[in-house]
Formats: sequence, structure tokens, C-alpha cells
Amino acid sequence: MAESVTVENLSFWFGKQQVLKDVSLSAQAREVTALIGPSGCGKTTLLRCINRLYRLYSGASITGKITVGTENVLDPHIDQVELRRRVGMIFQKPNPFPHLSIFENVAAGIRLHGLAQGREVAERVESCLKKVALWEEVKDRLDRPGTMLSIGQQQRLCLARTLAVEPRVFLMDEPCASLDPVSTMRIEELIRELHKEYTVIIVTHNMQQAARISQQTAFVLNGEVVEVGRTAEMFVRTRDERTEAYLTGKMG
Amino acid sequence: MNGKQLRLAKSYLWEVICLLSGFAAMAVLFLILYYIVRRGAGVINLSFLTNLPTPVGVPGGGIGNALVGSAIMVGIGTLLAVPQGIAAAIYLDQHRESRLAIATRFAARVLTGVPSLIVGLFVFTLMVLRTGSYSALAGGLALAVMMVPVITLSAEEMLRLVPSTWREASLALGATHRQTVLRLVLPAATKGITVGIMLAIALAAGQTAPILLTALTSRFWLENLQQPTASLPVLIYSYAITPFADWQQQAWGAALVLVVMVLLLNVAAQLFVAARNREV
Repeated sequence: MAESVTVENLSFWFGKQQVLKDVSLSAQAREVTALIGPSGCGKTTLLRCINRLYRLYSGASITGKITVGTENVLDPHIDQVELRRRVGMIFQKPNPFPHLSIFENVAAGIRLHGLAQGREVAERVESCLKKVALWEEVKDRLDRPGTMLSIGQQQRLCLARTLAVEPRVFLMDEPCASLDPVSTMRIEELIRELHKEYTVIIVTHNMQQAARISQQTAFVLNGEVVEVGRTAEMFVRTRDERTEAYLTGKMG
Repeated sequence: MNGKQLRLAKSYLWEVICLLSGFAAMAVLFLILYYIVRRGAGVINLSFLTNLPTPVGVPGGGIGNALVGSAIMVGIGTLLAVPQGIAAAIYLDQHRESRLAIATRFAARVLTGVPSLIVGLFVFTLMVLRTGSYSALAGGLALAVMMVPVITLSAEEMLRLVPSTWREASLALGATHRQTVLRLVLPAATKGITVGIMLAIALAAGQTAPILLTALTSRFWLENLQQPTASLPVLIYSYAITPFADWQQQAWGAALVLVVMVLLLNVAAQLFVAARNREV
């Protein structure tokens, strides 16, 4: 069950440095929203505000409102554990748990949230590994460490791990940045599948990727959302000259 | 000699110096081991390991009570120091830049440099004067005081080596900080933490001054933890400074036992870590 994500007037500071300036953005359910823009523009920070992972950094302060479904995520009384179950995250560098087997990597979240017991755990792990097209490749070595897989496989394992806790929203922070073209293609195929059931917000440096997989694109520059639009239109005709400069390679 | 030859000669000279320095460091270790084995191996047999000490000139004297005393006091020290050291390391790792963390880290560093004699005096004042008796408990506590900062600092280093991307994976999946530390960060750092604990145990096993001031020594078997207790280092020290040849030889033997025990402990820890790694 996908849930939409709405960001309203979000500002974010690291100490005195303002990283996000009055950002507003709405990601529809069952759509892929791509965040593009040069390095250091605040895309990753924006992503990390949505699952409140920014709280790991000291000196962070935040104003505004982020709604996932009907709930204000920035409400200090919100249940963070439940929020992070509903809002899954895929990182730039695949990060399977190094001390756990392939099976246990996927089962970790299921056990953590008590979503299944006994045989049901194994069934759920299998179905998640099948969804990310990894099952056939790993079914004979489920007890081997997750870190022994290739980088591309590791990223699919991380996807399966996140799928296993039944999120509503997927946040992806350049999920293909450390992958080869073939692995990238497989992840993109998965994202195209995923968005039928989930809301996907993806940060990418690859504009062709944004064009291939997203329905909506937001261009972020120096902490501001310069332009948001339907991907199909935006890549044909931009409204802001800065977006045009970025997309045509004059900047970035 | 032209420029190139000079450069090569310099490089060669440096290589030789580094190599010799390496050998010198190793040579000291091997010389110590060689002397201990040569002088000590002769007295070692089962009754030496299990008998009580005997007066000068009476044959059949052993180090049984010192062996037991050392094991018990190092055991007490380990039991006290390991949980506290690891807990402190977790705190330091979680609150890296907080004032308390900075103060704690500083205190731990200072404590590793405090002479062991001072630690012994501290526990002497704290426990021996109050209870009115030297004891194995006081000895164990003194060893714990020596061990805690070593374990804390080494364990913190190891926890820091756990990449933040792994922690983020756990938190992003909905794990709490506590679950992340207990189920991911600690298991991932077990290997390094174990090595740190072994170092601390080796350090504690050889301590003489703090034990002398807290447990004193004894020529009898340990009956309870509240009485003066024998230990290998104190036995070695007290036998070695006597003019009696048979006691001197027993001191060498006890030294060999001490070194072998620490060595075995280290090997056991390495095997434990290797077995754990295979499991994963």
C-alpha cells in the first residue's frame, strides 16, 4: 500500500549552514520521483529528512512539515521505529549486514518488527528474494555471508531486506552509483516494478536514469527546488533556465 | 659516486637499519623466552604445578597455590573490567564529542599511564585498610582498575571501525539504537574487542606491585576470597631476590608457567575468533 509524501516549506541547517531552503515537493503514491542536481545541493539531506535519519548528525535543525500518508513525520512524538518500517531506504553503497547470512539479512527486519514467526519467516524471505530476482542466484547458498555476493547482487539483497518489512515508501540514495551498467539495468527494472505498489523517491546523478524510470522530476540547486514537473515534459521543455543549463550539460 | 648511486646507497642503508631494528625487537623477546625456558624448564613437573611451597632446602616445593591465586584474581579482574570497559566504550562511541565522553577518554588515557604501584596503593587504602586484611578480592579489584582503561580504549577503537553505513542500514530498517549496538555493532567488533581483552588479561597476569599491596602473598591454599592470596608474579619476585639456589630456580619455573599461560590464553582467543568468523 503506497503512501504519498508531501514536503512543505522544509528548511534544514547543519549548525549555521543552511542546507535546504524552504523546500516544497509532493511525491505521488505509485510514482517514481527523481531528485536531480549537482553534488552537495541537498538532495541526500532531503531524502534523509523523510525517514528522520538526519537525527544521526549532531547540530542538525529543521523547520517545516513532511507528511507521509496522513502523519507529520517531523512531529517529535512520532514512533521512529514504525516510521522507518513504513519508509525504507536504499543507500549509495550496498550495505548488507556483514555478520549475517544472505537469509538472515532479509530476515533481520522481519524478526526486528516481529512480522512473522517460524516457517513464515522463510516463506517471506523467499518471496522477497524472488521479487528482486535474486532467489535463483542464491537459493543454494542462503547460509553464506551476504557480503560474499557481487556488488550488484548486494544491492538487490538490500532491496529484498527493505521489501521484507513491507514499507509504503522507498527512498533511494543513488542506488546505482557503485554498480556496473548491467547491474544498474536490473535495479532500474526492479524500480519500474516497485512503483506499481510503492512510492519511490530516488536521488540520481544520472539524468538518463531519471528520464528512464521516473514519472516526476525535481531539480534541486543550492538547497532549493528550482523546478518540479512531469519527467516526460521536463526533459523536452524546461521552465527554468538553470534546469536547462544543467540538463544540457552547461552546468554540473 | 653519481646521483643515482648515492640515492640507491641511501635507500639500501635505510633498509638495513629498518631490518636491524626489527631484528633487535624480536631478539629481545626470543632472548627472554630462551632464558626462561632454559633456566625454568628443568623444575617443571606435575608436582611443581600442584604442590604448596616448601621452606628453603626442603625438596618438592611447588607453585600450586600461586597458580590458583593468580587465576582467581585475574578472573575477578576480568569479570569486573570487561563489562564496564565495553559499556564505557559503547558510551564513548555513541556520544563521541560530548563533554562527558571527552573527559572519560582523557581519564582512561591518563589511567593507562598511572604507575601500577599507585593503583595498588589506591586499592590498599580503599579496601585493605578498611577491611583490615589483604585479600584476593582487593587483588582482583586492583587488576580491574588496571584493565578497565585498556579495554575501554581498545574497544572504542574497534567500535569506531564499524562503518557508519552499516549502522545506517540498521537504523533505516527501523532498529533502535540499542538494537543496532547489541545486534550489529558489537558482533561486528567482537574480534578486535577480544584482542583488547586478551591484552588486558596479559597485562594483569604479570602485575606484581598492585598485587603485593592488595593481596600480599600466602604459603597456603586459598580458602576464601577475604584472606591474603599467593600469585605467580609475587612468588617470582620474592623467590628471585633470595640467595637460595633452589628458590631461584623455582622462580624461573614459575616465570615459564606464567608466560605459557598468557600465550595459551592468546591462542585460545585467536581460535575462538577464527571459529566465530567461520560461523558467519
